[in-house]
Amino acid sequence: MKQFYNFVIKEFIHIMRDRRTLFILIGMPVVQILIFGFALTNEVKNSGFAVIDLSHDERSAQLIDELDASRYFEIRGKFQSVESLEQSFRKGQVKIGIVIPSNFGKDMERPGGASLQFIADASDPNVANTLINYANAVVLDFENNINGEKKIPYTIQTETRMLYNPQLKGAYNFVPGVMAMVLLLVCTMMTALTVVREKELGTLEVMLVSPLKPLKIIIAKAVPYLLLSMLNIASILLLSVFVLDVPINGSLTLLVGEGILFILVALSLGLLISSSTASQQSAMFISLIGMFLPTVMLSGFMFPIENMPLPMQVVSNAVPAKWFYIIVRSVMIKGVGLKHVWKETLILSGMLIFFMAMAIKKFKVRLA
Amino acid sequence: MQDRAITAEKLTKKFGDFTAVDQISFEVSKGEIFGFLGANGAGKTTAMRMFCGLSLPTSGVATVGGFDVYSENEKIKNSIGYMSQRFSLYDDLSVIENIRFYAGIYGMSSKAIRVKAEHILKGLELEAEKNMLVGSLPLGWKQKLAFSVAIFHEPRIVFLDEPTGGVDPITRREFWQLIYEAAGEGITVFVTTHYMDEAEYCNRVSIMVDGRIEALDTPTGMKKHMGVGSMNEVFLQLARKATRTEN
Repeated sequence: MKQFYNFVIKEFIHIMRDRRTLFILIGMPVVQILIFGFALTNEVKNSGFAVIDLSHDERSAQLIDELDASRYFEIRGKFQSVESLEQSFRKGQVKIGIVIPSNFGKDMERPGGASLQFIADASDPNVANTLINYANAVVLDFENNINGEKKIPYTIQTETRMLYNPQLKGAYNFVPGVMAMVLLLVCTMMTALTVVREKELGTLEVMLVSPLKPLKIIIAKAVPYLLLSMLNIASILLLSVFVLDVPINGSLTLLVGEGILFILVALSLGLLISSSTASQQSAMFISLIGMFLPTVMLSGFMFPIENMPLPMQVVSNAVPAKWFYIIVRSVMIKGVGLKHVWKETLILSGMLIFFMAMAIKKFKVRLA
Repeated sequence: MQDRAITAEKLTKKFGDFTAVDQISFEVSKGEIFGFLGANGAGKTTAMRMFCGLSLPTSGVATVGGFDVYSENEKIKNSIGYMSQRFSLYDDLSVIENIRFYAGIYGMSSKAIRVKAEHILKGLELEAEKNMLVGSLPLGWKQKLAFSVAIFHEPRIVFLDEPTGGVDPITRREFWQLIYEAAGEGITVFVTTHYMDEAEYCNRVSIMVDGRIEALDTPTGMKKHMGVGSMNEVFLQLARKATRTEN
């Protein structure tokens, strides 16, 4: 036990002496949460829009006012021709244009109804889509208001409720994502690097010659990063709750427990990488390309898995972060208990056993 | 048997079709400084790894400190010290932290470590540098410190794998002084080296060529037998027979 304790102390000294890395490890989740929270948001607010109003009547003025009043849009100009609207698009002043044809107000009274044209800047298709959806919603609202005045029979009124995230906040989505990313980076990459570094130094050999058991070496190497990751979970959760107003609806104990499970999966992956590589560079490369990219791309955090081609959907099942992401979202946002995430938990546990067994086997093969 | 620190009989290691170590047999006495020579790729390191318990032999018999390399691996590990060609100290740990760590993994108590460390640092004239990071020490000092750390837990046998790579002749002399002191205290020294002047310092040397031991004698006996004036010439004559190159 004293040997083990002695070893863990040494690992802590390594981490503490390397101030810059330590600073990055502790600061990274904070910075990521803040960047995702305040800068990189996929919510669209106060986008510039322009109008070509060929109707100039009471109704068209009313519609324009309603668009301008919504928190998604802000009027930036009124034009007479599509050419001048396009000028404005080119300069990047507006993202969406609305063409109101002449006789708009009168057409509304007729059986065929009136028509509108939206022109969006689709150089960023996601934003364009979102804006069109918002604009449609505003128009629908406008229509309902007028119909309300007049009583038209047989209309279907849809009422939408966004469960668990009524304000459609992006933070609900990226907090679980950032958590998976940071833990993977700290645990997998740093563990892989720390073992490979000893290999490069030749110190691992000295330890294998010593009476120290290989399993103890592995565990001692992982302990400091386990603690560091716990610190990261804590800072991410505190920031989400107190700065970004993302609630923890489910059980905190369950959330932390699942966090530890994921950390262990990431640690065993790191150990597996370290026992299959010979240099810090290749360990770093494999961690980044093999772990980090799939986590960002295939965990469902940036891109919805449902929209991927089938082969990609199948591949995504092998990404541990996907399951952790589902678990965190369910527990933290939906507030469900273990009863609803046992399948994902079981999958992560299976991965943990598999990677651990592989890592230990590889480590032993090296000794023969 | 009691005065034999290391024995090997027809010890063989094969990697697939490749025979890295081919039926080597020799004995090393207690307190002896045994030089284990050979060109790169001759099989020195593979043989040494088998004695250190890092690798299992394919066939043959070997004992280290009276313990069998197949079945008493753990007992061997407790009775040997090891220093690799890369000195194996941590640059980002101080002198005393390195000592504490390595002594600690051999299960020495904090008190024993403190007393011994003081003694060792005095001998190395490193008392003032006790809290300095090893990374800031000159190479020669690191190397001497690494050797002292390798025998800190008072092993019966110490294995040195090309311990003097890349240092100047004066430091090498000082280093060998330490080896003699250790041997004087009864520690058996098993050392591999490329430097033929160092071979002259050993009690006995063996020269490996292509996985086999081609010659084993005292340096004087070997020179006499081959009728040449220096170990360098002995080595060149034998190594010329080698048919395999590194890897």
